[in-house]
Amino acid sequence: MSYEPLLERMPTTKLPTFADREGVFGADRPRYAEEAAFKIHGGCGLMGICDESGTHMGGEVAIRAMAVQRDRGNGLGGGYAGYGIYPEFPDHFCFHMMYHDIKAKEDAEAIFDRYFVVDLAEPMPTRAVKGISDAPLLWRYFLNPDPHKLEGTEMSAEDFIVHTVMLINSTVDGAFVASSGKNMGAFKGVGFPEEIGHYYLLEEYEGHTWVGHNRFPTNTPGWWGGAHPFTLLDWAIVHNGEISSYGINSRYLEAFGYKCTLGTDTEVAAYLFDLMLRRHKLPLELACKALASPLWSEIDRMPAEEQAVMRSLRAVYGPGMLNGPFAIVLGFNGGMVALNDRIKLRPLVAATQGTTVMVASEESAMREVLDAPDRVWMPNAGEPVIARVQGMDWPIHGDLHLSASEVSCAMTGVEDSCETVVEVS
Amino acid sequence: MTQVKESRTAEATRPIEGYRMVEPAVTRDGDTATIDARNVYYKQMNETVRREIAGGAKRIVLENVNGQRYIGTGLTGDAKIEVHGTAGNDMAMFMDGPTVEVFGNAQDGVGNTMNAGKVVVHGDAGDVLGYGMRGGKVFIRGDVGYRVGIHMKAYENLVPVMVCGGKSRDFFGEYMAGGMLVLLGMNSTFEGPMVGGYLGTGMHGGEIFLRGQAEPWQIGKECGIFTADEADLERLRPILEEYCEHFGMDIDEVLSVPFTKLVPISHRPYGKLYTYV
Amino acid sequence: MPISLIQPEYKVEIDYDKCHKCGRCVQQCGWGVYSFNERPIPDDSKCRACHRCVTYCPAHCITIRKNDLAYKENEHWNPGLRKAVWRQAESGGVMLTGMGNDKPYRNIFDHLVLDACQVTNPSIDPLREPMELRTYLGRKPDSVEVESDGNGGYRLAEGDDIARNIQLETPIIFSPMSYGSVSLNVHRSLAMAAQRLGTLMNTGEGGLHADLYPYADNVIVQVASGRFGVNPEYLNRGAAMEIKIGQGAKPGIGGHLPGEKINREVSETRMIPQGTDAISPAPHHDIYSIEDLRQLIYSLKEATGYKPVGVKIAAVHNVAAIASGIVRAGADYVYLDGFRGGTGAAPQIIRDHIGIPIEVAIAVVDQRLRDEGIRNQASIVAAGSIRSSADLAKAIALGADVVAIASAALMALGCHLCQGCHTGSCSWGITTQKPELTRRIDPEWGAERLTNLVHAWSHELQEILGALGVNAVESLRGSRERLRAVGLDQQTCEILGVKPAGL
Repeated sequence: MSYEPLLERMPTTKLPTFADREGVFGADRPRYAEEAAFKIHGGCGLMGICDESGTHMGGEVAIRAMAVQRDRGNGLGGGYAGYGIYPEFPDHFCFHMMYHDIKAKEDAEAIFDRYFVVDLAEPMPTRAVKGISDAPLLWRYFLNPDPHKLEGTEMSAEDFIVHTVMLINSTVDGAFVASSGKNMGAFKGVGFPEEIGHYYLLEEYEGHTWVGHNRFPTNTPGWWGGAHPFTLLDWAIVHNGEISSYGINSRYLEAFGYKCTLGTDTEVAAYLFDLMLRRHKLPLELACKALASPLWSEIDRMPAEEQAVMRSLRAVYGPGMLNGPFAIVLGFNGGMVALNDRIKLRPLVAATQGTTVMVASEESAMREVLDAPDRVWMPNAGEPVIARVQGMDWPIHGDLHLSASEVSCAMTGVEDSCETVVEVS
Repeated sequence: MTQVKESRTAEATRPIEGYRMVEPAVTRDGDTATIDARNVYYKQMNETVRREIAGGAKRIVLENVNGQRYIGTGLTGDAKIEVHGTAGNDMAMFMDGPTVEVFGNAQDGVGNTMNAGKVVVHGDAGDVLGYGMRGGKVFIRGDVGYRVGIHMKAYENLVPVMVCGGKSRDFFGEYMAGGMLVLLGMNSTFEGPMVGGYLGTGMHGGEIFLRGQAEPWQIGKECGIFTADEADLERLRPILEEYCEHFGMDIDEVLSVPFTKLVPISHRPYGKLYTYV
Repeated sequence: MPISLIQPEYKVEIDYDKCHKCGRCVQQCGWGVYSFNERPIPDDSKCRACHRCVTYCPAHCITIRKNDLAYKENEHWNPGLRKAVWRQAESGGVMLTGMGNDKPYRNIFDHLVLDACQVTNPSIDPLREPMELRTYLGRKPDSVEVESDGNGGYRLAEGDDIARNIQLETPIIFSPMSYGSVSLNVHRSLAMAAQRLGTLMNTGEGGLHADLYPYADNVIVQVASGRFGVNPEYLNRGAAMEIKIGQGAKPGIGGHLPGEKINREVSETRMIPQGTDAISPAPHHDIYSIEDLRQLIYSLKEATGYKPVGVKIAAVHNVAAIASGIVRAGADYVYLDGFRGGTGAAPQIIRDHIGIPIEVAIAVVDQRLRDEGIRNQASIVAAGSIRSSADLAKAIALGADVVAIASAALMALGCHLCQGCHTGSCSWGITTQKPELTRRIDPEWGAERLTNLVHAWSHELQEILGALGVNAVESLRGSRERLRAVGLDQQTCEILGVKPAGL
């Protein structure tokens, strides 16, 4: 029995399909990311759930939470990211790829062959769902950078991956990297999130952290890569709202080597987190404060030391500040963070039940999944909700409560001056 | 490239659904109609509510509500609707007469542009309550979110009243043009201050009452700050008594703390801002 | 005396029926237009259409008309060019003028439009909701180093990175205008207004008069090629220092303040003898290459405990490369002066034909600094006859951190842009040292008018930001995406980084 869509899909403008459009590189190679020529506006419903004990949950919790928020989207985009879903390949980077055609697949795989050691390549398992049509070729690869190739550069493996993702997305016509992290994956496309979840057999995956999204794009869809989450390495972002500072955020990021090619404002959020957390090693709370900065009037009221930190943060990362209404959930290996803009123009609610932390755009989504929450609350504007999976390395540096000697130990590598890093929750 | 597995495209089994566009089960007892709203899409649920009311029901009980929108939206008359569960967005929007009572939390947009009637929530409510409210009463037991009571306005004999028993966040009473907005800060599970910043910013009509005080920096520059006097408390009393009765609270305890009153300093707060070309 | 070939540009017309014969016009006119013989008698050839007499005539019976002489039409030789030849044939001199370039070059600001948010992203209401204009001028690091403070919080790892930035409450500052080219009362007005507004004024190359010392925290002291008034005390007093390499009105050439304008006070402030000419050499004679600039910048920093040092240049062809060099030389801000910038005196031929528009300069400098990864190392100040808050918003969107105004500031004090500054007889009391004229500017009144102007522009900027759906100016800064071009050719659009409207 195939799935019946509940509601009529919003009518879309009839655009020629990819097959018959003249692309930049000739009639038979349309640029796959051509929707990126149009600015794509942020979608409208999201969720995130993380079991801090590391217990795995089936993907259907994400589908159910998104199904309740169906009216926040218009059926033109839905997606999820799950963490801990590939326990058989914990140390491989997993690339979820979308290909417009076979040639794109060959071009991308040529890059993989040249620079990586690929231990498994297979089509993504999917099922037929009524209402999902025009799907691209969906493949996944479990790979690692070729050590010989990596040696020659001065990059870390993560930088290598980022470089490859930027390379494929901007130069391989018709190919798009949907996710590129370890032991995680993004599942997204054009359709309602329930349909997309059903399409990807999401219920057969089990993960400790899931994020989900329901999109309401206001221009023509058709591009599966345009749905949320946007990912880079294991950072996955789902976003509700619009980043009106996108113009300067993207120019700021370009100076650090990130290519903002996707035409969506959400991608800057993913890259900004990568920049601040992974490369600049800012503590997580400060990175959130840089993105959703307190008002100057608030900063002026802070005690002197805190004021100095906030002032520096805002003055340095001003071009990276996200302005405009937003609610964002960032997933990564180790947990998730939810953040809203500094005057909270988008809805976001949070709840806990036992060791499970959940956020969503509407309380009803959480009540669908959590039958007896211990606590339900509305996070403050600009204050993150943080969930941490026990036993996983916290990938974000400058951890909470490191003492000065711990910091200097980390920087100098001199071990006997270190105390043991104590995790304080 | 190593091995390539066969892809699995299983036949679709029963998918996960949220709401379904089905007729809800209705049981009638005298002039009460009980509707089981579990997984029923709001459209069908609200149609059923309207149909029952048109058919003579005076009291509607909605059970197993989880996030259905537009409960009581646009309804006229004097029916009573009970909501068990989490009420969805825009409850009682444009409502003009009935009473809606929620046993649970409400989400965003409660009482949006409401004209008359009453909303009672035995729990918390979300953002943007009572936006453009023109009449009627909204009583929230617990905490409320951002942008509550924006541009409430009074007109002739329509005077909107909103009483929130817990704490509120930023932009409470922004752009207020009429009516009465009350914040008690009593039934709260939120650890922050009673009210946020930009309180009453842009106020040019109506009154805001706070049980206790707010910091000067929180209050919009259009507001005059006073302590509520005897006459004010006399006007507040009947409203707060009605409020206390709904939630089993003690009116004397509520009135035991001095109230702050905010009223607009001018009706043209931006008169000097513009210059004619 | 031979007859001059140059006809008066204006005709002063007095309605004698209404005239009170009070002689006010005689007294008010700085150019000596009026003589009085039972009634005021104007000499049209001296009139500059500054409207002082028109404003102050109690009977409102004076009007100034263009002397509408018919010239044989000639698209190549407009009347102004013909007059210039006659004038030069008469005098053999370089034609001097004041204020900014008035020639009909295409105005790029007038071909740029701003975005507004609707539906998919709401606009913001600046009157009731926060709308932040605060700006920090100066060098910023790439990232922020923090360490735990042992108490669950954080502190900055190496002292305050932003301590040496200057905090401005609005992204508008006052451009440099030297004391000597403008009167002391103008300087006082600017200083008081800067303090009230939480922004900055700039001494220009004429030194810092003692009366301005109470406002010194809001003053940038300029070090120009003539080094007038520059000593350690001067350098240490201001909030920042600025090396003036050039200005938009006269790129590449020096300045010349005639001895008549050097009265006792000017002489004290500039630290030169009274009555001598004040000549600013074209280059700083100790800067002949970029490493010399670096040397000068650091000498200033060493002399002042590392106060911020900015460098002001005119916008010329390779402004992007120059700006990059300046930033790498250690400057904390780069001040770009476009070709419309004003001056107290400059040769007309230089003012009108040298330099490039500020819009393009901002765009290429901002992009070049980003391409080189050094954009955060210096702020960009943009100037050159910024006319309104719309120009301000567009300049910020193109990439400027802060905009500097001078012509608009002087107009706030009464300037009518008659371009007579170089004569030193400004009827409004602005670009003059004559005591009977300078006392026409009351500093309190002047400060209030300047404050009003900047407040008005700041509010308008807030309205624009609200329409754009952002509530802080740093989210517009450099966001070319919020601009579109109307009627600009494609190449200009590419250089500006702005798409044509419709895309």
